[in-house]
This record gives sequence, structure tokens and C-alpha cells, in this order.
Amino acid sequence: MKKSYKIDVDCASCADKMEQAAKATAGVRDAVVNFMTLKMSVEFDDGADHKAVMQDVLKACKRVESDCEIYL
Amino acid sequence: MNRKQKKMLARIFISAALLIVLNFIPVTGAARFACYMAPYLIIGYDILIKAGKGIAHRQVTDENFLMAVATVGAIALALYEGSGDYTEAIAVMLFYQIGEWFQSYAVGKSRRNISELMDIRPDYANIESGGKLERVDPDEVAVGTVIVVQPGEKVPIDGVVVEGESSLNTAALTGESLPRDVKAGDEIISGCINMTGVLKIRTAKEFGESTVSRILDLVENASSRKSRSEAFISRFARIYTPAVCAAALALAVVPPLLRTLALGLSGDWETWIYRALTFLVASCPCALVISIPLSFFAGIGGASKAGVLVKGSNYLETLSRTRIVVFDKTGTLTKGVFEVSAIHHSPYGDAKLVEYAALAESASSHPISRSLQAAYGGEIDRGRVSGIHEISGQGVTATVDGHAVAAGNDKLMDSLGVKFIECHSVGTIIHMAIDGEYAGHIVISDVEKPTAREAVRELKNCGVRETVMLTGDTRSVAGRVARDLGIDRVYSELLPADKVEKVEELIKSKDAGAKLAFVGDGINDAPVLSRADIGIAMGAMGSDAAIEAADVVLMDDDPMKIPKAIKISRKCLRIVYENIVFAIGVKLACLVLVALGLASMWLAIFADVGVMIIAVLNAIRALFVSKL
Repeated sequence: MKKSYKIDVDCASCADKMEQAAKATAGVRDAVVNFMTLKMSVEFDDGADHKAVMQDVLKACKRVESDCEIYL
Repeated sequence: MNRKQKKMLARIFISAALLIVLNFIPVTGAARFACYMAPYLIIGYDILIKAGKGIAHRQVTDENFLMAVATVGAIALALYEGSGDYTEAIAVMLFYQIGEWFQSYAVGKSRRNISELMDIRPDYANIESGGKLERVDPDEVAVGTVIVVQPGEKVPIDGVVVEGESSLNTAALTGESLPRDVKAGDEIISGCINMTGVLKIRTAKEFGESTVSRILDLVENASSRKSRSEAFISRFARIYTPAVCAAALALAVVPPLLRTLALGLSGDWETWIYRALTFLVASCPCALVISIPLSFFAGIGGASKAGVLVKGSNYLETLSRTRIVVFDKTGTLTKGVFEVSAIHHSPYGDAKLVEYAALAESASSHPISRSLQAAYGGEIDRGRVSGIHEISGQGVTATVDGHAVAAGNDKLMDSLGVKFIECHSVGTIIHMAIDGEYAGHIVISDVEKPTAREAVRELKNCGVRETVMLTGDTRSVAGRVARDLGIDRVYSELLPADKVEKVEELIKSKDAGAKLAFVGDGINDAPVLSRADIGIAMGAMGSDAAIEAADVVLMDDDPMKIPKAIKISRKCLRIVYENIVFAIGVKLACLVLVALGLASMWLAIFADVGVMIIAVLNAIRALFVSKL
């Protein structure tokens, strides 16, 4: 399953950090952060609960970049 | 400017003003330190906090960390030496923040620019109820509803005009500035702007399936597919920052140690630590990290303004390396509509012959009979025709105005025992016999698009080495079209599956760096579109399969858009490479100067911010494509 979320982040390298963090989260097959359109598209593993996974993704992103936001 | 940017601007001004004022106040010692800390903390507190958090999370290699270490180090050095020169550290922080502010402003601005450019999202649809117009959410309009579009409004949903006449501005969709006229019965696509008259439209699709929604969806998701250059830059940044940190550390420690241990000189630690800190300032990779995605974003935005939808930065990159362009003939280079192109040997006059042919064929919906009816132009009076008899693979016989009319190929003439004259024209030949006498023949052929020849020539000017045409048509037709248009190679009489095979062959035989683009009109060439290095679908408005399968979608069917798309991609990639070379070049030069002690921290921060601003401005250039 694939879903797209609106995000807010200040710099391109921060966006890249968010992407790395999201990719490393359990339940996420792949994630792409688009700094220009401020969007994160996440592909979930089969059977993963996307709501719970996104909470983890948000936490992981906050850890690497405290100034970021994902609108879930 | 958003709230964050305003706040930052205020901090920049306050801190700069404080710094200037402090220059004229002769305070010394601890008081001086306290005074100077005020502008430093005002401008840099968030950086320090982020750097601190980074250290706590063991993420110590970002720009915040670089800046924090460099400025705190410079202040510590000033304290240790007792020089009281804190200005440098504050200036570094100040310029860094000015650079960041500019970057965020420029990105925000181009984000808005591009979304304005694609401002085709209709906010409402008008439904007539009880004599009054009611505005509703386009999402709630069911298929088959009649909606009203007034002059100046956007067509919200695809449909068919049931009432009214008007001109449509399709510029936002196709980049074509010439208005298009529509009348009752015409199909209409969403996103156009109604200019002159009130139109009533019966919707044919739901809003979500309409052209405008599909296009917006495509554009919004476009830059999610990253190009190799972008991937290279983010990989580069990930390795680069730790590497420069290590280099700075070595610069601070190794030379002084060498001096004391090997050469017996004094360590001169302050000089080398200062150089190491300057090195950190100079090394910040912001210019690259921001300008590359920004260039692609602007390039994709500029392309959509010109009616070329590119589905991702990676496709923009591939498009710029196109060396072979393979065309599908029908619908791409030719109009795909058959027109009467010649009438020969008619004893009754050309108009009469076409009229008889059109009437005889009036029961058929075959493209040939439609083109005959179009050439006739007038209303078909079915009352004049009787006894229509279709002979499959040959043609028709019928009685028109009391005359026995036969229209068909040479086989039909043979079976009727009519002696006919061979035709040397290329196309479909319809022989006519009236009352058993040969009455000449009509030539029907596909017409080349008016700009096709120029488009093929223009392609050669933008790096394309070879043009190839694939077609299911006969050899003679294909050969003539190719000669007319200046196409290098032709493969004719292909079935749809053969086209995939041919494209695969061509891909195998070319060199690795060259890319092959396939251009089709999306009608049963979806497999070829997806097999080519880059699939370009043209005139694809409304053809869902083509929009899915293609990598680049041309919104109208003008072949000139193909060289245009390639030129846009080449400009964008040129800007990307300029920025990569420029930013890395200046960075490396700076780092060398700093390591040799030839550059101060001032120069380092100017170089950093300056390169970033120039690279961002250069990136925005990719947005301007109208002159290409």
C-alpha cells in the first residue's frame, strides 16, 4: 500500500534525513521525501498497520530533525 | 514571506544592528564578552540547540553542527587569546542565517510560482436548479449531470457540450495560446477556461477521473522520482560532511604535532585550530544540496507550463540524453484521419463523384466512408440511396438516384467486370463504377501534420542522431511519409507486437549512454511506451492508458513539442551540471586556500553564502522555457 503525506521541513538536507529515517522504520518498504512539493510518499509492507507505522515514522523523523512535521 | 521567515529576518536585523553598535562601544573583559554574546545568541540560538540535539542523538554531521563548532570554537579561541575579537564568529553565524533565509525564501517563491502556473484546479461547478445556478463541489457532481460554465470560468469536469458556443483558452493545459472553438456536440476537457459564451455540458466522467485531476496528480507527484544527479548529491552530502569534519580535525591536530615532534618548532596551535574552524565554515554543502533538486523542480514546472508533463526528475535526465527518437506514424507524425487527397479520371466532375461515393458508403462507419462523407461536406440524404450491399473486403454497391453505383477496390471492379485504371498515388484507392461504366477513382490518404517535418529537423539540432519510424502501414505509404519528413529509417507493415520487438532491437544495438525515446499517440502502443528508455505520449488528454504508460506526456498533438521537451530537459540538466561543477569547484578552491592559511573566516562564509545564492538563482533559470 502506498500513501502520501504532507510534510513541513526547512531544508533539503533535513528532508533527506527524514527520508532516511522513514526508510529505516519497521513496516516501511520504501519512502520518498520530496522537499520541493513538501510531500512524503510511503510504501508500507504488506499487512502493516499504516497508522501505527506512521506514528513511528514521525517519531523517527523528529529524532533526526526536531523542526519537522508530518501531517497525518 | 511566512511567519518563520519574518521572524528570522527580524533576528538578522537586530543582531546585525547590535553588532554594528557594539563596534563603537569600548567595553573590555567579561563585560565585552557578555555584550557580544547578545547578538550571537539572538542570531544563532536555534543552530546551537539543533547542534546540541544532534549530538544527543549521535547525528553529529550536519550543517548546524559545523556552524556551531566553528563559531563556538572561534569565540573560545578569542577568549583564550584575550583578543576580544568576537565579531568574526557572530558574522559567520549572521551570514549563514542570511543564506538560509534567502534559500528558504527562494524555494518558497518558486514553489508558489509553480503552483500558480498549474493553477487549473476548478473550485466549483455550476448546476442549474429551478432556474437558478447553484455552486457545488465538483467532487459531488455525478456522471451525466448537466453543468453550466460561464465566461471566465474553468471547465471543471470532462464532458460533451449540449448547448452553447464558445472559445476555450487551453493555454494552461496545452501551452497553446490559440483559443479553441467549441459548439454543441463537441467533447470538452476540464481545465480549459471558457472565454466567450455560456456552455452547458453533460459530464462524462467523475471529477477525480477528469483530465484536470489526473494532470494535477501527475504534476504534484512528478518530482518524487529522483534523478541520478539528485541521488548522487544526497549520497555525496552523506559522505562529504563526515569527511570534512575529519579533515578539519586533522588540520587542527596533525600540523602542530608535526611541528613540535618532528621539526622542533613551537606548535602554533591557535593558528591551526583557527584554520580548522575556518575549514568547517567553508565546507558547508548547502549550495549543492538545495540547488540540484530546485533546478529539477523548476525544470519540471517550466515544462508543464509549455504543455509538457514530465513524470519525474529521472525522466528529465533521460530525456536530455535522447539520441534516437522512434515515432509511431499514425496519429503522431500524421493526423491519423483519412482525407480525400485526389480524384482521378472522373467523367462526372470531382464533386459529383465524391457525392455518389459518400451516399453509397453512407451506411458504413468505417474511417474511409467517414472521410468520404467529410469530403462531401453536405447533409447525407438517406432517401436517395437504396439497396446498399456491402461486400466485405471489396466495397459496396448501392442504388443512388436510380443509378447503380459501385465503390470499392480493384477486386470489386474485377468481380463486376468493369475495366479500371490503375492508380499510382499512395493511399487507399476507391474505384467507382456508375451504371456499369468506370467512373474514375478517389484517393484517400492519411495527412502529415503540418509541423511534423520541422519537428524532425529540429530534433537533429538538439542532439538526436537518428530518427526512426514504425508503422503498420504499407511499405509504399511509409516510405513516402518518411521521405517527406526526413526520417532516417523506416520499418513498415508491423503488427503492434512487432513494434515492441523493433524497439528492443534498437535499444540493444545503440551505445549505452545514448537513450531511445518512443513517441506514440497512446492508442495501442502502451507496451512500446513502457519498453522504451523514455516513452512520450502525445495528444494524450483523455487517453488514460497512455498517461499511465508514458514517462512524458505532451498535452496536445503538435510534434514540435517533442524537440521542445528535449530542449527543456537539456537546459535543465545543463543548469544542474553548472551548479555541481561551480559549487564543488569553489568549495574545493576555498578549502585549499583555507588549509594554506590564505583565507580568513570572513572569506569562507562569503564564499559559502555567495555560492549558494548564485546556485539558487541559476537553478530558478530552469523555470523559463518559453524561448527554447
